[in-house]
Amino acid sequence: MSRVRVLVGTRKGAFVLTSDGKRERWEVSGPHFGGWEIYHLKGSPVDPDRLYASQSSGWFGQVIQRSSDGGKTWAAMGNKFAYDGPTGTHQWYDGTPHPWEFARVWHLEPSLTDPDTVYAGVEDAALFRSTDGGQTWRELPGLRGHGSASSWQPGAGGMCLHTILLDPSRPGRMFIAISAAGAFRSDDAGKTWRPANRGLRSEGIPDPAAEVGHCVHRIAMHRSRPGVLFMQKHWDVMRSDDAGESWREVSGNLPTDFGFPIDVHAHEPETIYVVPIKSDSEHYPPDGKLRVYRSRTGGNEWEALTKGLPQSHCYVNVLRDAMSVDTLDPCGVYFGTTGGQVYASADAGDNWTPIVRDLPAVVSVEVQTLP
Amino acid sequence: MIRVVLPAHLRTLARVGGEVKVDVEGPVTLRAVLDALEAGYPMLRGTIRDHVTHQRRPFLRFFACEHDLSHEPPDTPLPDAVATGAEPFLVVGAMAGG
Repeated sequence: MSRVRVLVGTRKGAFVLTSDGKRERWEVSGPHFGGWEIYHLKGSPVDPDRLYASQSSGWFGQVIQRSSDGGKTWAAMGNKFAYDGPTGTHQWYDGTPHPWEFARVWHLEPSLTDPDTVYAGVEDAALFRSTDGGQTWRELPGLRGHGSASSWQPGAGGMCLHTILLDPSRPGRMFIAISAAGAFRSDDAGKTWRPANRGLRSEGIPDPAAEVGHCVHRIAMHRSRPGVLFMQKHWDVMRSDDAGESWREVSGNLPTDFGFPIDVHAHEPETIYVVPIKSDSEHYPPDGKLRVYRSRTGGNEWEALTKGLPQSHCYVNVLRDAMSVDTLDPCGVYFGTTGGQVYASADAGDNWTPIVRDLPAVVSVEVQTLP
Repeated sequence: MIRVVLPAHLRTLARVGGEVKVDVEGPVTLRAVLDALEAGYPMLRGTIRDHVTHQRRPFLRFFACEHDLSHEPPDTPLPDAVATGAEPFLVVGAMAGG
C-alpha cells in the first residue's frame, strides 16, 4: 500500500508526518533542527528518500541539510551562497539603491531528473543551483542580470524568490516568482529570463500594469498541463493559459482574493485550492472562519470547504509554501497554519482533520507519495 | 590546544557535546582560532563569520578571560591563558529573540 510523508517546516524546527495510504493514523517525528527556522523541505522526485532542508537563524545564518533516508538522519551541506559577479543594487523600501544581501533560502526545488541537482530561491532575490547534492552552490546570474533588477523592491517579508516551477515537458523551461518583482520565465535552463506579468494589475504600484513590480505570492502548475499556471497574487487570483505570456483574473466569487498559497489537484488539472485571507493588513481568515476554497472550473466559480475546519474565532494565516497535495486517489490536500496546525483532507478537500495541532508556526508543507 | 566553547545550536550542528579543542600553528589570534575551528568542523563555516568577508555575524560575540574581544582586529593575539588552554575562547549568541 502507498504511504504519504508530509514534510513540515516551522519557525522552530522541522517535522516529518507519515501515514499509510488511508491517511487516518499519523506518526510524527521531530523537531529536527529544533530552535531553527525551517523555511522549506522538499524531496527529490527521482529519489524520494533524498530530502533537502533550508535551516536558518538570525544568529547563525543559513545551513542546508540533506537526508538520504527520508528524514531519519541529516547531514549539513554547503551554505556558501555568494552572488555571481558585481553585487549590484535593487531598490530599498524608501526607493534608494540597496546592495543585494543574502539573507536566507526560502525555497528548495529538486530537479525532476537528477537527485543531486537542486535549485534554491533566496532572499535577496536570486536563483542558485547545486549539481553535487547541495555541497556547492552557484548563482544563475541571468535573473539578476535582467534589466529590471535594479528596480525590484522587497515586499514586507523581504525580497524573496519563493516559487520555482520546473516544466516537466520542456527541459530548460522554468518559472520563478519574487516578492515584489513578479513572475519570470526562462526557456534556456535559467540563463536568460523575461518577465511573465502581462495582465497583472496591482493598485499599490505607480503603474498598476507595470512589466515588473507585482507582489506575486505563489504560482502553481499541474504536471500534465505545464502551460497552464495559477497564481495567488497579493490581491487577485490569476490564471495563464499560455505559459505566463498573459494572465486573467479568476477570483470570481471568493470572499476575498487576498491570500498566499495556491495549489492544483493531483488528478484534475482544473481543480484548484486557495485560502482566502481578509486583507494585506489583516492576515487572518475573514469572519474568523478558516475556509479552503476549491474551484473545479479552473477559477471564477469557488466553493467553501469547511468540514473539520474551525468556523469561529480562528485568526491564523496560511503562508505561501504551506499547502501541498498527494497523488493518491482520492487526492489528499494538506496545509499548515501559523497557529501550528497541519490539516489534511483525504478526499480532495471535502473533509478535514488536523494531523497535529500545536506545532510552532508552520512555514512550509510538502507532501511525498511513496510506494 | 585551544579550548572553544560554542553556543548550544552550533554544538548540535557540529555534533559535539562540550568544549571543542583545536590546534593552532603559529600566533594564536582570533582569525587563527576561527580558521582552525572551521577546518575541523566545516559545517560551522558561515555560521560564525561571513564566508567571504570573515566579518563576525552580528548576533554573536567573542569572549575570553572575562573580556569582550568581538571588536578586536582579527589578527590580535588572544590572551596567553587562551593560548595555553587554561581558559576557553567563547563564542556567545546574543540574548535576544525567541
